[in-house]
Amino acid sequence: MSKKILLSHGGGGEETQSLIKELFFKHFDNEILLRMEDAASLVMESKRIAFTTDSFTVTPLFFNGGNIGKLAIAGTVNDLVMMGAKPRYLTCSFMIEEGFLYSDLEKIVLAMRDEMAKSGVKIVAGDTKVVPKGGVDGLFINTSGIGEIVYEGISAHNLQEGHAILVSNEVGNHGACILAKREDIELESELKTDCASLWEPVKALIEAGIKIKALRDATRGGLSAVLNEWAETSGVCIEVFEEKIPVANEVKGVCELLGFEPYEFANEGTMVLCLEAGEEEKALAILRQFDETKKAALIGSVSTKYVNKVVLSTPWGSKRFLEPPKGELLPRIC
Amino acid sequence: MVRLMTKREMRTMPEVDLIEGFRDPLHMKALAEVIKKECVSKINIMEVCGGHTHTIMKFGLSQILPDLIDFVHGPGCPVCIMPKERIDHAIALASMPNTILATLGDMIRVPGSKTSLQKLRADGKDIRSLYSPLDVLKIAKENPDKKVVFFAIGFETTTPMSAVLIQHVIEQKLTNVYFHINHVTVPEAVEAIMSSGDAKIDAFLGPSHVSVITGYKIYEPIAQKYKTPIVVAGFEPTDVMESVLRIVRQVNEKKAFVDNEYARAVSREGNVKAQNLINTYMEKRTHFRWRGIGDIPLSALKLKDEFAYLDAEIIFKDVLPTQELDDHKMCICGDILKGKAKPFDCKVFGKACTPSNPMGSCMVSSEGACSAYFKYGKLSQKGGML
Repeated sequence: MSKKILLSHGGGGEETQSLIKELFFKHFDNEILLRMEDAASLVMESKRIAFTTDSFTVTPLFFNGGNIGKLAIAGTVNDLVMMGAKPRYLTCSFMIEEGFLYSDLEKIVLAMRDEMAKSGVKIVAGDTKVVPKGGVDGLFINTSGIGEIVYEGISAHNLQEGHAILVSNEVGNHGACILAKREDIELESELKTDCASLWEPVKALIEAGIKIKALRDATRGGLSAVLNEWAETSGVCIEVFEEKIPVANEVKGVCELLGFEPYEFANEGTMVLCLEAGEEEKALAILRQFDETKKAALIGSVSTKYVNKVVLSTPWGSKRFLEPPKGELLPRIC
Repeated sequence: MVRLMTKREMRTMPEVDLIEGFRDPLHMKALAEVIKKECVSKINIMEVCGGHTHTIMKFGLSQILPDLIDFVHGPGCPVCIMPKERIDHAIALASMPNTILATLGDMIRVPGSKTSLQKLRADGKDIRSLYSPLDVLKIAKENPDKKVVFFAIGFETTTPMSAVLIQHVIEQKLTNVYFHINHVTVPEAVEAIMSSGDAKIDAFLGPSHVSVITGYKIYEPIAQKYKTPIVVAGFEPTDVMESVLRIVRQVNEKKAFVDNEYARAVSREGNVKAQNLINTYMEKRTHFRWRGIGDIPLSALKLKDEFAYLDAEIIFKDVLPTQELDDHKMCICGDILKGKAKPFDCKVFGKACTPSNPMGSCMVSSEGACSAYFKYGKLSQKGGML
């Protein structure tokens, strides 16, 4: 019989201790965590701290290019990075359904360890709960994170006429990958999630002195949600060009089959950038040096034509508003 | 269309060419130029299918076509034409104890007289929105103690998959699957619109996916009787532009025949195997009430009498409401489905009626004309920058 997580693993007794030591301490290994105090005691050089939290639930737990563990690290790391912060410390809570495979949990923990190595962030406190069958769907993870703000002033309120709008990667890969896996749609080539920590490329932009006005990882609601939020928050118009927005062919295929828009699909390692005019070429050259952002592209600019709106132009000159995503994503029928 | 494709077919699909090849900017601009040059009279084109409405709006085709071309949106959205009493059927079936109701796509969003399937699902009823009807087999096997009702909707495109499901249910001797059939047919609806004389329609864009199954011969009587050109068109932007050009040419030459632009998928006879499968299990209803349009004779299908034991409308007759229900009087979905009005003509459009809180069915379904206008058309409504 393969080893499974039992209710006793969350009971606080011997089994809990062995799960923590043999799995979490082993892989998340660091001095602060291993002290096993009630709370982590931290020293931070900077006075400006970014602090965030996110909970992760995904079906399926494992997908092409990642799993819920990788997502839980990259997601919170990116939330910090999007505020110009160097990610430093994380906390992590697992809510595990009774009967969950130990080997699966280990795969998830290993993915978390590997993802943390990419930005140098550490898990310094954690919690484990095991709930009776049906209490959660397999595994839920919550991570919180703090980081030191090294580039101040990034904000969705900053957008002004003339600013350049970029994306760091193809859009829609994660959403399409999860959908294809969930609905058993087979694709000719392997579509992978874009899930990635974005600290390294953002650090490079900051170090190169790129004038960043706004940054946002385009998670749920996708590119469309970010652009619409920015347009509304800053009271500007964002004009983007369909042919400049990078979208993988597989994603286009899935969207065409089911009647979705790639701009509304979730991403887990793709950010939208708003830069001061004239910074775009330099920024692109930097982003293209990193695997996770090598398909970065300039997709449009900020204007004042239709305030609070995003305008999408087709290559043949017609235009429409890119409306923010609404409701549940449901496939078309015919 | 995903439901009609086997995995093998999907694997062999060169998806790149099937998309980019039909969105080439130079080709688009060239077609727009030729149409502009050749079009000399006002032409009202009804696109029957909601998929075409979306292509037209999403890709802003009206913006690059001459003003003489006007698109009139037709009744080809399977969710939009479902009368409220049929939605109430779904709600009544889903509310039965020990029952799983399965249906397709955004059907679950449509409000009935009191609630929607989506809200009912939040109340704890087991309602599944499927991508493929064949998923019903798995659900039925995993839940042998429950009744699984498949609420089948759609035009000729989706009917074959319901038929395949029926075939599997019979062959696998599953005794807990029932069917509530709401499959409707295009030619009768088009005939109803033309014979009413309400809408001024000079030509039709024929449906893409429907025609793959039925073949384009089904439109020949209409083209002949009403002297109206019909061009069966694919869903891609260049398909629609090319088809408009073909319509312009027919109009200029005073011709009216069925032309097939979507020849890469549509033949005159259609998919005979699929047609036979449908005819094995289903037959015409004497009449079906279309939302906003009213009763249309022979415009929908039902299970044949010999399969009455699978028919949810017969087995669960006692729980199904029988009263016919009309739309809110402010809602003009009926006129929109008949081609008499456009979404912007509606007083509640975008105000009391939005995709998040729809009053009428044309706003609910992602294939509906109002939904397309809401999502893609607001810039043209402002009238600027085109």
